[in-house]
Amino acid sequence: MRVQEKIIEGLLWLSAAITILITVSIIWVLLSESIKFFSEVSIVRFLTEKEWTPLFAEKKFGIMPLVAGTFLTTAIAIAVALPIGLTIAIYLNEYAHARFKTFIKPLLEVLATIPTVVYGFFALTVVTPFLQSFIPGLAGFNALSAGIVMGIMIIPMISSLSEDAISAVPRSLREAAYGMGSTRLQTAFGVMVPASSSGILVSIILAISRAVGETMIVAIAAGQQPRLTLNPLVPIETITTYIVQVSMGDVPHGSLEYRTIFAAGMTLFVFTFLLNNLSFWIKKKYQEKYD
Amino acid sequence: MTNSEKNRLKDKAFQVFGIFCTFIGLVVLAIFLIDIIIEGVGRIDWDFLTSLPSRRAGRAGILTAWAGTIWILVLSALIAFPLGIAAGIYLEEYAKKTKLSNFLEINIANLAGVPSIIYGLLGLELFVRMMNLGGILLAGALTLSLLILPIVIVTTREAIKAVPRTIRDGSFALGASKWQTVWNQVLPASIGGILTGVILALSRAVGEAAPLIVIGALAYVPFVPSSPMDEFTVLPIQIFNWTSRPQAAFLTNAAAAIIILLLITFLLNGIAVYLRHRQQKKIKW
Repeated sequence: MRVQEKIIEGLLWLSAAITILITVSIIWVLLSESIKFFSEVSIVRFLTEKEWTPLFAEKKFGIMPLVAGTFLTTAIAIAVALPIGLTIAIYLNEYAHARFKTFIKPLLEVLATIPTVVYGFFALTVVTPFLQSFIPGLAGFNALSAGIVMGIMIIPMISSLSEDAISAVPRSLREAAYGMGSTRLQTAFGVMVPASSSGILVSIILAISRAVGETMIVAIAAGQQPRLTLNPLVPIETITTYIVQVSMGDVPHGSLEYRTIFAAGMTLFVFTFLLNNLSFWIKKKYQEKYD
Repeated sequence: MTNSEKNRLKDKAFQVFGIFCTFIGLVVLAIFLIDIIIEGVGRIDWDFLTSLPSRRAGRAGILTAWAGTIWILVLSALIAFPLGIAAGIYLEEYAKKTKLSNFLEINIANLAGVPSIIYGLLGLELFVRMMNLGGILLAGALTLSLLILPIVIVTTREAIKAVPRTIRDGSFALGASKWQTVWNQVLPASIGGILTGVILALSRAVGEAAPLIVIGALAYVPFVPSSPMDEFTVLPIQIFNWTSRPQAAFLTNAAAAIIILLLITFLLNGIAVYLRHRQQKKIKW
């Protein structure tokens, strides 16, 4: 009996320990291929060259155009999702009836369950033609519609995490504000939002991290032309799209071109890893304020 | 206008803006779904569901794509389900509050935030190259299992946490061992919540295209996979492939395939919501 119990506990422990193995494997896979890549292409070239053309005859290995593309689509997505998501969070907390809240929250979550390839189709076939009707210079593939659609996708992420943060603020603070004669709006922006700012910040950081790693929307709608630009109207390429582009082609295993996707993946991983850990840190450091 | 009136007006204005924001996303979603249905629903017929892919849009079907999606769904469930639940049980019931368990927790949170395409790179090196599997169903399912594992673990833990202490104490008082308590009391009491989480995780896996493209799943597979060692494609990859083509007829095909994919996703989510609802009704601690 004793032995059996120990064996079961051991198996359960092993299942939990596999998660560490996964992390180690991810880092090892990215590092080992990246190191081989950087033995042929210096890290200085990688960071300073202004073009990314590893698949052309004349090869340039500057990651910055891909980073710029990723940054651009992410910035547009956050510019859409942050005001809308935060307003929803405040509205549901300060204005809406409890019954409306329980009805609308699952509906908003539907936005996050739609497969991203479907959003990509939407961006390419609906949003881009619609925007082209009043933005004449807009290319068929562009960062703008990909970013907008990505923003719609991450609305529920910001709204639900921010809402949790706002509703964690003690009642007494809200009631004190009302007691001073504040309107709901003044209470929301004067008291509730500042009091839950760390939680709101966490939701924004996680949303950024999600947008940076998003693949199919940008692969379908934003183009495949690495370009060092902040112009949202022209085709660009993100880090994720480049990995997809190479994966679909016939790049031989072990070649320098093959290794570029791991160097690009490593760059992406570093960004999301830093963002995620920044959010954990903020959560840990500031969220116990009212306990 | 007095200051107080101004403030009240601003308050009202924000309320209207709040309602607008709450519905804007849903309205856009509705426009989009209607657009897709108008474009694609006429293309869905028995032939579309049972035909192999083709170079000609009018003759192409999604048989291999949805068969591949079902394969991936079942295989990923078989791999991630036991592993994730076992890990969840360990962390919630067995692990002591040590540095190691703390590290495990942070690590799982971190894994949940790793972009799906990175899991694709992991699968490419680990399963496709080192284990020499190639771009087959098993490699795809293993990759997606790793991707959804953190979600399964986190939801398992939450479901187990909701089981009150008294149930365990009662079981121990009757002389049950730790594992007997977990197996006979805690798991049956939390299985509804666990299943909800697993199904939500699977609905995420069904929509993933990027990691499978990276491990080398093909867009054109002229046969229905008959074992986990076969090459495969899935609905999201088929949709991606059709969307990338210039001809309008292929876009119609993509819209039709999207309707099928959304039906599968909504069905899975519906089951999850139903299970959660039933669980909440059945058990009142």
